[in-house]
Amino acid sequence: MKRIGVFICHCGINIAGTVDVKRVAEEVAKLDSVVYAQDYIYMCSDPGQALVREKIRQEKLDGIIIAACSPSLHESTFRTAAEEAGLNPWQCEIANIREQCSWVHTDRKKATEKAIRIVSTMVEKTRLNESLEPIPVSITKKALVIGGGIAGIQAALDIADSGHKVILVEKESSIGGHMAQLSETFPTLDCSQCILTPKMVAAGKHRNIQLMTYSEVEEVSGYVGNFNVRIRRKAPFVDWSTCTGCGLCMEKCPAKVPSEFDRGLSTHGAIYIPFPQAVPNKPVIDRESCIYFKTGKCRLCEKTCEIGAIKFDQEDQIIEEEIGAIITATGYETLPVTELQEYGAGEVPDVIDGLAFERLLSASGPTSGEVRRPSDGRVPKEVVFVQCAGSRDPERYRPYCSKICCMYTTKHALLYKHRVHDGQPYIFYIDIRTGGKGYEEFYHNAEQDEGIIYLRGKVAKIFRDGDKTIVWGTDTLTGRNVEIQADLVVLATAVVPRESTAELVKKLRIQTGPNGFLSEAHPKLRPVESINSGFFIAGVAQGPRDIPETVAQASGAACKVISLFSRDHLEQDPAIAWVDEELCGGCRICISVCPYDAREYDEEKCIARVNEALCEGCGSCVAACACGATQQRNLSDSQIKSMVTASLGGE
Amino acid sequence: MSERTGLAPPKSPPVRLTRETVSGGFKKRVIELSGQNMDSCYQCGNCSSGCPVAQEMDILPNRIMRLAQLGLKDDIIHSATLWICASCFQCTVRCPRGIDIQGVMDTLRQIALDEGVDHFGPDQIDPEQAASVPQPGLVGVYRKLST
Repeated sequence: MKRIGVFICHCGINIAGTVDVKRVAEEVAKLDSVVYAQDYIYMCSDPGQALVREKIRQEKLDGIIIAACSPSLHESTFRTAAEEAGLNPWQCEIANIREQCSWVHTDRKKATEKAIRIVSTMVEKTRLNESLEPIPVSITKKALVIGGGIAGIQAALDIADSGHKVILVEKESSIGGHMAQLSETFPTLDCSQCILTPKMVAAGKHRNIQLMTYSEVEEVSGYVGNFNVRIRRKAPFVDWSTCTGCGLCMEKCPAKVPSEFDRGLSTHGAIYIPFPQAVPNKPVIDRESCIYFKTGKCRLCEKTCEIGAIKFDQEDQIIEEEIGAIITATGYETLPVTELQEYGAGEVPDVIDGLAFERLLSASGPTSGEVRRPSDGRVPKEVVFVQCAGSRDPERYRPYCSKICCMYTTKHALLYKHRVHDGQPYIFYIDIRTGGKGYEEFYHNAEQDEGIIYLRGKVAKIFRDGDKTIVWGTDTLTGRNVEIQADLVVLATAVVPRESTAELVKKLRIQTGPNGFLSEAHPKLRPVESINSGFFIAGVAQGPRDIPETVAQASGAACKVISLFSRDHLEQDPAIAWVDEELCGGCRICISVCPYDAREYDEEKCIARVNEALCEGCGSCVAACACGATQQRNLSDSQIKSMVTASLGGE
Repeated sequence: MSERTGLAPPKSPPVRLTRETVSGGFKKRVIELSGQNMDSCYQCGNCSSGCPVAQEMDILPNRIMRLAQLGLKDDIIHSATLWICASCFQCTVRCPRGIDIQGVMDTLRQIALDEGVDHFGPDQIDPEQAASVPQPGLVGVYRKLST
């Protein structure tokens, strides 16, 4: 017979206010196997834990139950305390009488009865608990970072600096992401490329970073510490190992392709490097636009290249890698202007989005930093900025705040004013949100000293009239509708997750929230981890955020990876499924129901095995198993049966 | 719209904002005369909520500030608010952005008078009352409220 001790926590008045804890102690003391039952005001406090340890020794307990809050909060606290007193941690169970009892009931008598049943149920479980040992799992100390924007670059650099190998995968031909497109950054107005390019170069040259640009993750299998990753290196049709990046081929290419980097405000050839500071600084041929690929004639680039680096017969390569942890930092897109019908749906030439305006402001942009409007190249004298273009509009577009627009629009208006002194910027906004170090001051200065007119209200309609763009809006602060004959309109379009992220998360088997951004394990306490172990997240792929936050989060994610890699092996919870090989008929229903790919078929023995490293102990296969061959450790059929009986009042 | 029969003239016609309105003559003049930067006002409304005579005003002080930011002169100079203002300095003392709102009000009164907008005329006082009001009072009121 087991000797079980029950420790009932008051949690101040959280439990004791609704549940008669003394009575719970009296009643459970009467149960078989229970040799000790005691209540205490805060069981998780040091004296509370000391009481647990003392009684385990004194009463020679071989099973304990802590009746308190959810096991997600203090299970590890009490299992550690048990272990310190010489008890196997899996002989310690938590009876949740707070979240599932005192917090959801008001009737003291009934809540007390329920608490007694919850504890009795755990007594039944504990009676049959086995002592278990954690399962050691090996770990490959090499990280994969998906996405070469500032988040991915920062995470890769931090991991690499700690001495671990990193593969940085980027689907474009250069790392840099959106930050490389920006002109200057708020609130300090330092040049974006000036602060980004040193990091790009560092990532490109770091001995621990293997850069894989123009590449995409095809498939991920395995589990934390032991992932197998297949990466597709798209054919650039240029031999990057011999190419010197001289750029002659790009000069000769007769094709004209709108530059994605310049948001369509300039063109490049079919063979191109997206921007001068690209890392690696090697061109790719855009197969869709290349005259040779389309017509079979041209090959001008090939003729120009003296070293013969152009390789039209190049094919995609598949590379397989063993990886221990994966950081997803795939960034964002912005809502296309074409989706905003009332703002001209992309048909009005002088209505552009914020990223396009960044390119107009950028010294390396298509106008070398002079603000000239797309339609006729004139310098606009009246510029209207429209915030919340698609954000905070749950009925038609996106329900959330895109967070960065208030600040970047103010920056845009400010930089415009710095470039065009006699120009007049107007900003339409719903609210101005400037939460961040130095942000309110930045906005205050722009509003007070730069002559920017802020108009509180949404713009209803934007349309073309001659060479003017008419903006109909309102100013709720005067209660007057407003019309502005603008020369240029800049829309702060909603930040949205990349379309490709949706496909990627299916391959990684990580989760996204309702708006398509990556989900974190806990919104406050585990913000850089995915719920699936071994996967970490960083940057705007998780939700709209600015550069400082992105960098901080990327370093946070890297730190999690480094902490994972600091161990020699991982410990897996042993309370998982196991198979009675005598009973298993090899029907494989378990394999079909397992959400973690943890069940596999043994061809030799014709049975289904459990991959202990992958099994999360969810119990799906246990429930599905027709012949009872699959069982869960410390949740056997007989345990569940007696627990159900106890929960029903012992009848 | 107003030409159509049977319909009341529009009460809130849309305003066309231009560079001239929002940073031009009127606004420059208010800034020059008052020495105050109205663009600093972020419309918290503290001036209005603390104003002891606000209940008599047709446009609250914070909105006067807003109209001044946008250079909407006509709305301002025809407002009774300028003349209700008791110049008690409550708004000036409380403004979190340090704007001398009372000073702006003084300026706006001056501009209204310069523009020939009388808030008060002899025809607005009935003869019986006129007889009982002391002469210096009448002179004072004409000086303050008319051109």
